[in-house]
Amino acid sequence: MSSTDSGFPRRTLLAGGLSAAGAWWLGSGCRRTPSITGSFAGPDMSRGHQLLDGAPPTAGPERDVPVAILGGGIAGLSAAWRLARAGFHDFELHELESRIGGTSVSGSNAISAYPWGAHYLPVPVREQRAVCELLEELGLLQGFDARGRALIPETALVRAPQSRLFYMGSWSEGLYCIDGASREDLVQWERFEQRMREFAERRDEQGRPWFALPLARCSPDARALELDRISFAQWLAGEGFDSPRLLWMAEYACRDDYGCSHRETSAWAGIFYFASREASSGASDSEFLTWPEGNAFLAEALARHAQGRIRTGALIRRIEPRDGIVRVESSAGALRCEQAICALPRFVLQRVLDGLEAERGRFRYSPWVTANLSLSGTPASRGASLAWDNVLHESESLGYVVATHQSDRTDPRSVWTWYRPLVQSDVAATRQALLRSRWEDWRDEVMRDLSRAHPDLDRHVQQIDVWRWAHAMVRPEPGFRTDPVRQVAAQPRGRLYFAHTDLSGLSLFEEAQWQGVRAAESVLSARGIPFESWSGI
Amino acid sequence: MRLGLVYLTVIIIAACGLGYELVAGALSSYLLGDSVTQFSLTIGLYLFAMGIGAWLSRYVQRNLVSRFVDIELAVALAGGTSAMVLHLAHGRGIWFRPVLYGEIVLIGTLVGLEIPLLMRILKDELDFRELVAQVLSLDYVGALVVSLSFPLLFVPNLGVVKSAIAFGLVNAAVGLWSTWIFAQRLGAVGWLRAKSLAVIGVLAACLWGADAFTGRLEGLMYGDEVVLAKSTPYQRIVVTSNERGFQLYLNGALQFASADEYRYHEALVHPAFVARPQARRVLVLGGGDGLAVREILKHPQVERVTLVDIDPEMTRLAREYEPLVTLNARALHDPRVELVHEDALGWLATRRGLHDIAIVDFPDPSHYAIGKLYTAAFYQRLTENLAPDGVMAIQSTSPLFARRAFWCIVRTVESAQLTALPYHVFLPSFGEWGFVLAARQQLSVPKAANGELISGLRYLDGPTLSALFHLGPDMQPVPVEPNRLDEQRLVRYYEEDWRELD
Repeated sequence: MSSTDSGFPRRTLLAGGLSAAGAWWLGSGCRRTPSITGSFAGPDMSRGHQLLDGAPPTAGPERDVPVAILGGGIAGLSAAWRLARAGFHDFELHELESRIGGTSVSGSNAISAYPWGAHYLPVPVREQRAVCELLEELGLLQGFDARGRALIPETALVRAPQSRLFYMGSWSEGLYCIDGASREDLVQWERFEQRMREFAERRDEQGRPWFALPLARCSPDARALELDRISFAQWLAGEGFDSPRLLWMAEYACRDDYGCSHRETSAWAGIFYFASREASSGASDSEFLTWPEGNAFLAEALARHAQGRIRTGALIRRIEPRDGIVRVESSAGALRCEQAICALPRFVLQRVLDGLEAERGRFRYSPWVTANLSLSGTPASRGASLAWDNVLHESESLGYVVATHQSDRTDPRSVWTWYRPLVQSDVAATRQALLRSRWEDWRDEVMRDLSRAHPDLDRHVQQIDVWRWAHAMVRPEPGFRTDPVRQVAAQPRGRLYFAHTDLSGLSLFEEAQWQGVRAAESVLSARGIPFESWSGI
Repeated sequence: MRLGLVYLTVIIIAACGLGYELVAGALSSYLLGDSVTQFSLTIGLYLFAMGIGAWLSRYVQRNLVSRFVDIELAVALAGGTSAMVLHLAHGRGIWFRPVLYGEIVLIGTLVGLEIPLLMRILKDELDFRELVAQVLSLDYVGALVVSLSFPLLFVPNLGVVKSAIAFGLVNAAVGLWSTWIFAQRLGAVGWLRAKSLAVIGVLAACLWGADAFTGRLEGLMYGDEVVLAKSTPYQRIVVTSNERGFQLYLNGALQFASADEYRYHEALVHPAFVARPQARRVLVLGGGDGLAVREILKHPQVERVTLVDIDPEMTRLAREYEPLVTLNARALHDPRVELVHEDALGWLATRRGLHDIAIVDFPDPSHYAIGKLYTAAFYQRLTENLAPDGVMAIQSTSPLFARRAFWCIVRTVESAQLTALPYHVFLPSFGEWGFVLAARQQLSVPKAANGELISGLRYLDGPTLSALFHLGPDMQPVPVEPNRLDEQRLVRYYEEDWRELD
């Protein structure tokens, strides 16, 4: 193995070995031997890799399908939802995996449903029309208060305590640890929060915000775009921020939303994490909607509008926009379409659509690992009590989210979802190492990571299932937002329309949904179907 | 003599020496509060005592090595048992401070003897310049090692009691191995080794019994004799007994004292019945002790009582534990009573039929798991299970000691589109205590028909009932926000109110 892939898990396993030895030495010596079951869950890698191997040609005659939607992630599902909500149902959605949802998929066991990827939605603002429409449809939006904030039923919001941080041997509430912070730390934190509030309120001459979701609402002001040229780390340094606690927070934020280090995230995206939330909630504490199964709840709600029109296990082999139609070769049949919405990630699209040579290597993706731990009871912890989001300070993981947090039941069992972005710069080598890794490596890594905060964890963990995301999300590295290639990629090709968060660099539900709605509304316009725009086009 | 081993010895004894100081500091600030004062006093006294030890070392003239071993063993015993002794003393109340400072001086003095003696033992091996540099620098290394590992490794993994014993075992081991390291400086070593092994044996026994000991501490913590203690998946139930009767604690918080609980339960239950005299279907949430049910069953028209308490162990005690069965007058054996063991918020999510009265008797909102039972969402769900003219009575902590928490509950009830009528009662064992009556309609202060309540009450009568609804100036409203599931302000109000009181 080359030195590049030593970033994980070998180095961490070595450190883990030392701390585990220390824990054993201090422990009573009567720990049970771990008998944890589990396996790799996750996408069927062989399916996608058929594209690389040159799969056999599509069988069967060509069918006429007025509109095809390619890709069943949030963007594709939202496109289907938008078409159906406008009364148009003559479409077919093709998805490679056996289930829809993209990175918003879930699993379930005897204890609870749990997410494998995206797992929450911030409370929307009125301008996020499509999100509001969806929540209203689900009975989760009851209007807006006098200050324009969405009224969400109390039971749908993340319950208190929302988050806690493990630092210096104990848990404290919230993500910024105030205990033990120096005066300088607190002064910088306050100044940082002030800067973020300023960015959140920043508007250009036309009143467009600098930071908002979807990206299309954001101002193209040159001064805002300046922030895309440097990394978040460079911006922080330039502003004189050097408090270790603050830098940790910045790094955590970038790993959390983008899967990359704040040294490789653009300053625009780094600030976006803080400033867009500030703006959307309008309050100091952000509020989120969540479900045991995570955003699979939303994916399934969208998919209900496409019932009977979804083909799963369908590998798209070729897309040809020509002669006023779009031809699609799918393993579920060859299609002749009047319009098609392509909601595939770019790394797949580059293999099935001609003319994308220029964008090779311009879309870089972070691999992630997600693990779901089935627990027979609640492990002990020192300090603040179990929250929804539980973050460890000195850790390469993002900690874990509790799938049963919103439930009212007496069952002490639970499922914890552990998230670990692989932030190494060399994404290709990291991805290769990820594909070679064994389940046991990740079982040990999860246990090592969480046992520091929960010494008796091994007494409660029964099962650990692991999902490897080779391309979890696109990286908004410096220059990405202003890259002309990205702007060209979003332009329709004839009657082929594109929708994907890859086109914005923000792998977030609101963005994905907007991308799908915008593409669907382009199709509705082209077909002369009347509709009220939810995407602002 | 192998100098390497001697240096290791220096590091270890330095580490243990500081370890005991940290144990004393941690326990005194934990048990007495005011950590700045306690740590400051502990450090100062301990260092001063080490000075005494250093000075006393001049009186040790012969048999330096065997005296050194003796001191190691004495440190091991005194230091190793220090946390247990301090816990015991704390249970006895008034003796705690003398014992604490006595322990600190004793251990400090013994530890102060160690390094001077060791330096004198080594003075023939090294020249003075080298000796001082080596021993003192390693002394400080040991201090660093333990000051880092004590909070990060020892306390999280072993707890303070076992950490102290572990330090003691290490000191005793140093005593034992010194009989090998310095063998040529000693005569007969048999006796020294036997003593070392005996000390190790004693401390090992302490380690073995440490968990049982920690359990026994509880009795001392409560001040009265613990007659029953049970850990359930939801809480720790403890019953204590004294000459005035018995008391029930959940997670260390007093729930009732048999001597005056009648005041509390009469005030909790009967005002709602005065407001709705025809109530036949009654819901009790929490209150697994059966005492509220006892009061409810005094109303002959009641046809059905549904008691929802998360903890089956609590209702089992209420049905089987003799003193409690007597106190609740076998209420939970009454055929009209149905028991449900579920989380109340989850149980209410499904409509369970309409009730005329709901008695809400949860422990105080001291943490989120209970705070959620005081949210607008909770009262909304409860309202859906209440008849249109139904009334609820809610235990609402103290309007005097936790004034913001009390008014937060009132505001939360109001935010759930209910009218709230706060009232209070005085209990000798709790002080001023508060409740809230709530209903969909406007509520007026309940007035007993003909000025009389049902018979068989010890505290309430017509005039007393009216007086409950008058809150004096020191219990008047304060500005607070309601409690919601997503932002449990009540838990914070409650915590801050009680902290300010301390």
